[in-house]
Amino acid sequence: MPLLLDTLVVMPAFNEEEAVAAVIKEVLSTLPGVRCLVVNDGSTDRTAQVAREAGATVLTLPFNLGVGGAMRLGFQYAVENGFERVVQIDADGQHNPSNVPNLLAQLENADIVIGARFAGTGDYDVTGPRKWAMKILATIISRIARTRLTDVTSGFKAAGPRAVRLFAVNYPAEYLGDTIESLVLASRGGCTVVQVPVAMRPRAGGVPSQNPMKSAVYLGRAAMALVIALWRTPISVRG
Amino acid sequence: MNPVSYAFAIAAAAIALLAIIEMLRRQRFRERHAFWWLLAAILSLVVSIFPSTLEWASSVVGVEVPSNLAFFISIVILFFVTVQHSSELTTLEEKTRVLAEHVALVEQRLSVLTDSVERSSQPSESIK
Repeated sequence: MPLLLDTLVVMPAFNEEEAVAAVIKEVLSTLPGVRCLVVNDGSTDRTAQVAREAGATVLTLPFNLGVGGAMRLGFQYAVENGFERVVQIDADGQHNPSNVPNLLAQLENADIVIGARFAGTGDYDVTGPRKWAMKILATIISRIARTRLTDVTSGFKAAGPRAVRLFAVNYPAEYLGDTIESLVLASRGGCTVVQVPVAMRPRAGGVPSQNPMKSAVYLGRAAMALVIALWRTPISVRG
Repeated sequence: MNPVSYAFAIAAAAIALLAIIEMLRRQRFRERHAFWWLLAAILSLVVSIFPSTLEWASSVVGVEVPSNLAFFISIVILFFVTVQHSSELTTLEEKTRVLAEHVALVEQRLSVLTDSVERSSQPSESIK
């Protein structure tokens, strides 16, 4: 598939030495010809060595910048090295690389494709306040992006040429910048967003928090991030 | 006002002003950071030497207790200083972020170049 040759798979990784090698190998074997870039986000373990041995290109940030900072570097690398499309995948193995062709296929008619977790396939489920928080966010961002989105906080996304060029310069590094603000910024900049249902695999470790207090704080910070994103002057994409 | 508190007020203001000027002179301060502090120190020196200026100013703006005007102005100045600091902190964070990105990109290119140099120099060494 010629589409894969100019596609870069970016994995932000912070202390993921246990999981990252298996994920890289799976990506490289299910998507032949694709380049895999691991952005080692200030890890204190052997993430960089492990990833390099597994066959990925590794960029090491001297300190932790968060997913937003790591992704901007990924987009910058993509632009400098002539990649047209960028796919973001988590380094902990919860995203299935076999979904990537579906995402890439949708890039034909959209600039950003989100791998959505609640859109039918898979049994990933959150309940209670956190679910409501995510629903509210999804509704608001759907309005802004003028499409129906059910999962805006997914870390499984693909970006087409226009979005890649926009994000290489303007990817936000704020809290939740990699999800909420990047979508707001892109859709106000004239990029189109669609979603594709994907199945999630259980995370290597840890359970999503169900604490109502935490969910309330999360919703509050997310709302704040959204308001700030809407206040900022919109950026337009050239070409 | 008793003479001791009068002298104390003048001394405090004078020391603050001298400290700021000295730090500026030793380049421990950039001019734009020093501005608000210089303004505050000069104002407090003037007010401590001539307390009547504060009374006059508060009667002009209609503040009944002159010291409240002094507190208000101090808070306003502190507010501007902290706002300026937040904004410069953001700029600095952005700059370090850009530097970190550049370091990562340069490091990766360097390792690719080192690898290719090593690979191309190895065969000639094995010939020797």
